[in-house]
Amino acid sequence: MIDLINVSYDTQIPNNVGLSSDRKVLKALEKWHPGYINWWNDLIPQNFQESLVYLRTAVSVDPKGWAKFDYVKMPEYRWGVLLAPEVEGRTIPCGEHYGEPAWQEVPGEYRNLMKRLIVIQGDTEPGSVEQQRFLGLTAPSLYDMRNLFQVNVEEGRHLWAMVYLLQKYFGRDGREEADDLLIRSSGSEEAPRMLGAFNEETPDWLSFFMFTYFTDRDGKMQLESLAQSGFDPLSRTCRFMLTEEAHHMFVGETGVGRTIQKTCDVMNANGITDPYDIDKIRDLGVIDLPTIQKKLNLHYTLSLDLFGQEVSTNAANAFNAGIKGRYMEHRLKDDHKLHGDTYEVWDFENGALVRKEVPALTAINMRLRDDYTKDAAGGVGRWNKIIEKSGIEFEMKLPHEAFHRQIGVFSGKTFDPEGNLLSGEEFDKRQHEWLPTHADGDFIQSLMKPVYEPGQYASWISPPKVGIDNKPGDFEYVKLHMA
Amino acid sequence: MNKPLKQHLIDPEICIRCYTCEMTCPEEAIVHDDMNVVVDASKCNFCMDCIPVCPTGSIDEWRVVAEPYSVDEQFEWTELPEQEEMGASQDTSIEAMDEAMAALLAEAHAGAGGKAKAPASASKPSINMYTLGKPAEATVQGNYRLTAEGSDTDVRHIILDFGGQPMPVLEGQSIGIIPPGTDADGKAHLPRLYSVSSPRDGERPNYNNVSLTVKREEQGLCSNYVCDLKPGDKVKVTGPFGATFLIPDDPEARLLMICTGTGSAPMRSFTMRRQRTVGARSGGMVMFFGARSPDALPYFGPLKKVPQSLLHQHLVFSRLDGQPKEYVQDRMRAEEDEVADLLQDPKTHIYICGLRGMEEGVEKAFTNIAESIGEQWTALRDTMRGEGRYHVETY
Repeated sequence: MIDLINVSYDTQIPNNVGLSSDRKVLKALEKWHPGYINWWNDLIPQNFQESLVYLRTAVSVDPKGWAKFDYVKMPEYRWGVLLAPEVEGRTIPCGEHYGEPAWQEVPGEYRNLMKRLIVIQGDTEPGSVEQQRFLGLTAPSLYDMRNLFQVNVEEGRHLWAMVYLLQKYFGRDGREEADDLLIRSSGSEEAPRMLGAFNEETPDWLSFFMFTYFTDRDGKMQLESLAQSGFDPLSRTCRFMLTEEAHHMFVGETGVGRTIQKTCDVMNANGITDPYDIDKIRDLGVIDLPTIQKKLNLHYTLSLDLFGQEVSTNAANAFNAGIKGRYMEHRLKDDHKLHGDTYEVWDFENGALVRKEVPALTAINMRLRDDYTKDAAGGVGRWNKIIEKSGIEFEMKLPHEAFHRQIGVFSGKTFDPEGNLLSGEEFDKRQHEWLPTHADGDFIQSLMKPVYEPGQYASWISPPKVGIDNKPGDFEYVKLHMA
Repeated sequence: MNKPLKQHLIDPEICIRCYTCEMTCPEEAIVHDDMNVVVDASKCNFCMDCIPVCPTGSIDEWRVVAEPYSVDEQFEWTELPEQEEMGASQDTSIEAMDEAMAALLAEAHAGAGGKAKAPASASKPSINMYTLGKPAEATVQGNYRLTAEGSDTDVRHIILDFGGQPMPVLEGQSIGIIPPGTDADGKAHLPRLYSVSSPRDGERPNYNNVSLTVKREEQGLCSNYVCDLKPGDKVKVTGPFGATFLIPDDPEARLLMICTGTGSAPMRSFTMRRQRTVGARSGGMVMFFGARSPDALPYFGPLKKVPQSLLHQHLVFSRLDGQPKEYVQDRMRAEEDEVADLLQDPKTHIYICGLRGMEEGVEKAFTNIAESIGEQWTALRDTMRGEGRYHVETY
């Protein structure tokens, strides 16, 4: 009998899907494996590859066993194929097949749609590792470096998860797609990653924290909706990925929070009350709050674009087919089919923003984006708590959804962060107030000095309140290999 | 007044509201509103499923309370309340969730002279995954006699396989064995605690098995049951328990281990952990191990194969024909320089495990040796204990 809870190590690839008795898929994965290892080895600078990093690895997919911590060299991390336990009698949670038994194989009619979704999801995983490849060189502490690498190895594992689905369920073209995932590369001219946000640079650690907070949160929402899929292996894969994704949310939220905390502390220590006294604040080696707001504006809006068009027949088809559900579909109390329901979306009519009722089926993307915005607003509120507690008058805000958009009804139009339509000329003139400028980027870059002493942190960021795995403050999260 | 109870709480200042705990909780004891994620004390059964899945550590918070905080109260919090003064029962380093097991461990650790604390670098232990109500079932893989056939002590090396059930037990932790049958009142027997003698990755690396070192006691209900187990037998197991008698994760830490008889179990697990990880590149280990005679000393054969560079062994015997009785404390005094050197090194961690009777002699030896270097033993001991470097487990 196949043990579906514990990770088996009887093949090169740790898994709980019985790979050792699935020769064909095992062979395909083993053929893919060296390419993956090469990709990883070429990516991350060599001295980090040789370093011992205090990482968590799953030894089983049930709560007791999936977070075991130990030192490991990243290339020796046990990437594997892990699916959440099968729920007996699970049914398709939405769409026209609602209530039918969940599929264990891909239904022929949806094969291409499903493959496309898996490839897009799979493409983002290595994309973000590529974007973050050099950040270890400027890590503000060993703690942060460890968190970066944990995010990286787990994104790597998420790529594995998608590759497994492609190879197991999509035959030859699935294998070709799996190979292409290692060929495309973030920012490449010839073969870029599929989504825009994954071709942007992650030049500094504040960008990394913003990226994990806002862009990985899009990933989380996509995983949430795929976890509701009627295709059971996809659902189980995504459910397990979500537990890992929570760590990435944590890195983002606490990273930005600790940056804000340090700025507030330094302002108070030096008797600065005006958050716009930017030069004075920057001279003290911390990032002023208005600049943090600009970074927030940029990353939030780039991430909103990832949700696609507000009104989309593709999204309607995927929902109707039972391939992709809504956020928390199983907790929603409606008919899960959305026939005849409507949903309110933004539109742009006669030069003005309007709210408009459209068929709920076509507004699936918009709905997920609204859920995303609500989720993202929570952390912003907690950042504001830090500022408030420090007694400084400033409030971080999510900009209006119309601001700085490239996709959907707002694309190509120039709104300010309050949602007012501006002339292109005026927008250009004031853009520097809302989005990071080159000079802002240069300033942040100037702070990016590595700190490799255990328990020490760069000037611009506070230590965390709690260590990883409850470790004490001066714990050596990475034992650096100094060649 | 109600008896104080331990309440499980989530720190709202650290929680990121990812709701992973809520999705994981099998009891549906975790709920959230727009503000906070909280644990309903009336539903939480301490199964601990939510602890490892939390990415932030905010979920590992406990308060001893007379009256549990309600869900609505917790929704209002912007920060956790302080632990209220509860008098003597206050104790927030939690070795076990059920009181019987916690009491047993508290008694076993009492010889340290104060509140036990884990080494700063120790891995975080899992506790209470399996309970009397929900035990794990292990299969006996082996039962080997460790003492010579003729010897009147019968000490056994028992290997238990946990199959598909996770049993993440760290070196120095204990598991409980539930003897079959019922007591005079018709109630199930309480589990008996045994220190594991295998390292965290298993008696055999990466096999989900655990070894115990058990001495047959005359009239011992559980020890006779365990010592008579045959391969293939099923055993009900609780635990893991214990959160302080743990090995530091720092390879440079120096370990001084003093034990008698089956008190060698945790020392074996420490030694194997180091053998499998850092080997002789570590800060080193020194062991004073006492028994009546070589044929009554558990693991006498295997110990001989452990290089002295990894583990400097002092095997001490109290019943050798034609020789005066020698106890561990006598040998410690004879090796005063080595012990004194260890006492002066802030990297040293001391572990004492065995019969309660050994405590007094060992304490005296430490007092004398400390004096010889101008230190007062009780002060030094309290400092070491406060730093998680002094550990006693006696029974």
